[in-house]
Amino acid sequence: MEKILIRDVNFWYGDFHALKNVSLGIEEREVVAFIGPSGCGKSTLLRLLNRMNDLIPATRLTGEILLDGRDIYDRQEDVDRLRKEVGMVFQRPNPFPKSIFDNVAYGLRVNGIRDKEFIAHRVEETLRGAALWDEVKDKLKASAFALSGGQQQRLCIARAMAVAPSVLLMDEPASALDPISTAKIEELIRELRREVTIVIVTHNMQQAARVSDRTAFFYMGEMVEYGLTKLIFTDPLKEATQNYITGRFG
Amino acid sequence: MVKFIESELDLLRREVERMWGLVYSQLEQAREAVLRSDAERARQIVVREKRVNAFELKIDSDVEDVIALYSPVAVDLRFALAMLKINSNLERIGDYADGIARFVLRSGGVSLDAKLADDLRLPEMFDTVLFMLRELQEALGEENAEKAAGVMAKDDELDRIHAASVAILADYTRRNPDRLEWSLEFLSVFRKLERTGDHLTNIAEEIVFYIDAKVLKHKNNIPDGKE
Repeated sequence: MEKILIRDVNFWYGDFHALKNVSLGIEEREVVAFIGPSGCGKSTLLRLLNRMNDLIPATRLTGEILLDGRDIYDRQEDVDRLRKEVGMVFQRPNPFPKSIFDNVAYGLRVNGIRDKEFIAHRVEETLRGAALWDEVKDKLKASAFALSGGQQQRLCIARAMAVAPSVLLMDEPASALDPISTAKIEELIRELRREVTIVIVTHNMQQAARVSDRTAFFYMGEMVEYGLTKLIFTDPLKEATQNYITGRFG
Repeated sequence: MVKFIESELDLLRREVERMWGLVYSQLEQAREAVLRSDAERARQIVVREKRVNAFELKIDSDVEDVIALYSPVAVDLRFALAMLKINSNLERIGDYADGIARFVLRSGGVSLDAKLADDLRLPEMFDTVLFMLRELQEALGEENAEKAAGVMAKDDELDRIHAASVAILADYTRRNPDRLEWSLEFLSVFRKLERTGDHLTNIAEEIVFYIDAKVLKHKNNIPDGKE
């Protein structure tokens, strides 16, 4: 069974038909990249995976999105639980105005965990998992804003991972970072795929090629092609995909 | 929209075409040099071999730049890789033309018996490799994978002419024992043309790979009853 199954999804912002009959399956512990020009619907689809579009007025969804076989748009769905299972990292690092430690511990505390020893252990474990521990272990009480942009983004990944999600959504997670920080995020994605399923939206073709197992190419709300990243970047089936990845679009 | 990479790939294509033209001319001149025992023509081939080598280095470096600077993918990557390999195969064909010219120079004015050349089908062998080289250049220019693949069948003919040359030359040396040493050297011309056919087959495979993303290498190349 696929970890995530998207079936015949259509999505509208008012009259604008943003996603058209999109269907795809994502296997557990795979990294899937969504690529395509701006406005193609890739970020909309990503945000549908943990119901981030719920609060946008005048939107409408048809079709199904299943997580472990469960319809996440079912009326019975507990959205808080869903967002614990499906974490998200955004384009710009957005740490809370708190200490480094408290940022990572935040998710645990709001989920009712009070055991200080457990929290301390989990914070260290998660920061190590985000390849940040060695850089921050001596300043855990310092403000998260004291960190560099790349470190802040890894802190946000650690914060998302602290509550042990099974899926991590990443919306252009390295687009605001320098090449060294970008490389660290990419290495982290390769590491994290041992634990979680990752869906990443990126405009960086090489990044999609480097980090993902499968790639989906979107254009004007339609999924044009979905397949193994190795094939998409060497011998894509559709001409539109080839034109896009080789930069001959438009 | 014309992209930087398109103009870079176009420059690379034109550079390979220029090398192709030079190698074709080297083989064409090698044909004349052998059949007419023309030492002066052979000397010119040896001099021009340096230009073939210079092309190889330049194209290697250009492909390296394209990959490093433009990160080509899909058809662009296949094109860059195909140019790299075609470059290397063309250089080897240039080496064979040079080797044939050096044979003419070593022969020191010994003229080639026209009847022997015909019996050995030497002009035909030269014409076949030149035809293959021409066809493949056209196939690349027209992006015609079918045409490139079609050229590969011609290699069998070269193999047959090469295989038959040993017996014909052995018979010739029995009748002309004073030309034993020359004959042994002459046999190497057939070997070089046969190897040229192999390199042309490699080039055909690279063109098909670039256009259709199909790998033909090491497929159906084991003759019946042989390993």
